[in-house]
Amino acid sequence: MTSPREAVAAVVDPEIRVVTIDELGILRSVDEDPATGRVVVTITPTYTGCPAMDVIRADIRRALAAAGHPDVEVRTVYSPAWSTDWISAGGRAKLAAAGIAPPGPVRREGAVPLSLAVRCPRCGSPETEQVSRFGSTACKALWRCRSCSEPFDHLKAL
Amino acid sequence: MTGPFDFTLRLGDDALIAAQRLGEWSTRAPEMEEDIALANIALDQLGAARLLLTYAGELEGAGRDEDALAYLRDDREFRNCLLVELPNGDFAVTMAKLLFLSAYQVPLYTALAGCADERLAAIGAKARKESAYHLDHASLWVRRLGDGTEESHRRMQAAVDEVWPYTHELFTPDPAAPVDPATLRADFDATVTAVLDEATLTLPQTSWTPAGGRDGVHTEHLSYLLAEMQVLHRAHPGARW
Repeated sequence: MTSPREAVAAVVDPEIRVVTIDELGILRSVDEDPATGRVVVTITPTYTGCPAMDVIRADIRRALAAAGHPDVEVRTVYSPAWSTDWISAGGRAKLAAAGIAPPGPVRREGAVPLSLAVRCPRCGSPETEQVSRFGSTACKALWRCRSCSEPFDHLKAL
Repeated sequence: MTGPFDFTLRLGDDALIAAQRLGEWSTRAPEMEEDIALANIALDQLGAARLLLTYAGELEGAGRDEDALAYLRDDREFRNCLLVELPNGDFAVTMAKLLFLSAYQVPLYTALAGCADERLAAIGAKARKESAYHLDHASLWVRRLGDGTEESHRRMQAAVDEVWPYTHELFTPDPAAPVDPATLRADFDATVTAVLDEATLTLPQTSWTPAGGRDGVHTEHLSYLLAEMQVLHRAHPGARW
């Protein structure tokens, strides 16, 4: 039987279907009560208004039911607030392979402001520019490559 | 005197009404990227509103959830500031409103993140990151339009003149609140002055300080906004998708 943790970690993000909620850092914890078999899953939203949260909750329940764990509670926590720094190295590689430039490190207050070039996920050129800081979903911005002229999504640092 | 319920309700109503107004730009913004940007900002405001109104309902303890608070109150029961209910006007008016709102929400949510109430602190820590993006976006546009063509400068200045008087209400002192709004004024003024200076814009000289939103005394615009926002829920109570 698949463990509750394995089942939940394999749930893919409904908006960016190449990465799992575990790789995105949305999944906080999975705990099974050995006496009752009840599974408590804790997740955190990327953005407060993220419309994918209801689908993610439903997908978690479905994945656990399929793995033989029908008794599920999904909790949503907001603190500490989600950060793009929580996206795993594997998750970043998958984003880039799907044409979505992964986020750079989040700027810390007090540090010297340093903007790193966003590399084009198609041709690798650092000659890129931001078209709009808001993109097709709350967590993405729209960029364009000046070398190959392709527009692309960039998961913005948060 | 303000208890945590009144305070949380004000913040939730500010975010909810701002979201509804920004949403009116969907499919009507001057360019497609801006359409998406305003819808995204509206979504962030709606997200904050849902968290705040859910918590306000729990603090009140009368069994009202986020939907009951959003859809089943009349204008006199709303506690949002007048700034957010004003009509969108032209794009310059919308950007002036967004600049002032986000320049207020960033220090507000930052202060909230350090307050003693754990729920409000968590909401503040989350929402301030999003508000920082809203402030960036509004600042960029105000600079572009103010320091742009003669016509864009004229319209951006007219927008600042029109909306500015409504900002004073945001900082009405309330020492009993989890965050006293009066303490946010210096931060707000510094942010706004820097943006306007760079945009070659000036603040209007006027002593008019309209207020009343925090007491439920609104402009005539709010009830029309609520009529549109609430009609479905009131016509079909409890309807589910």
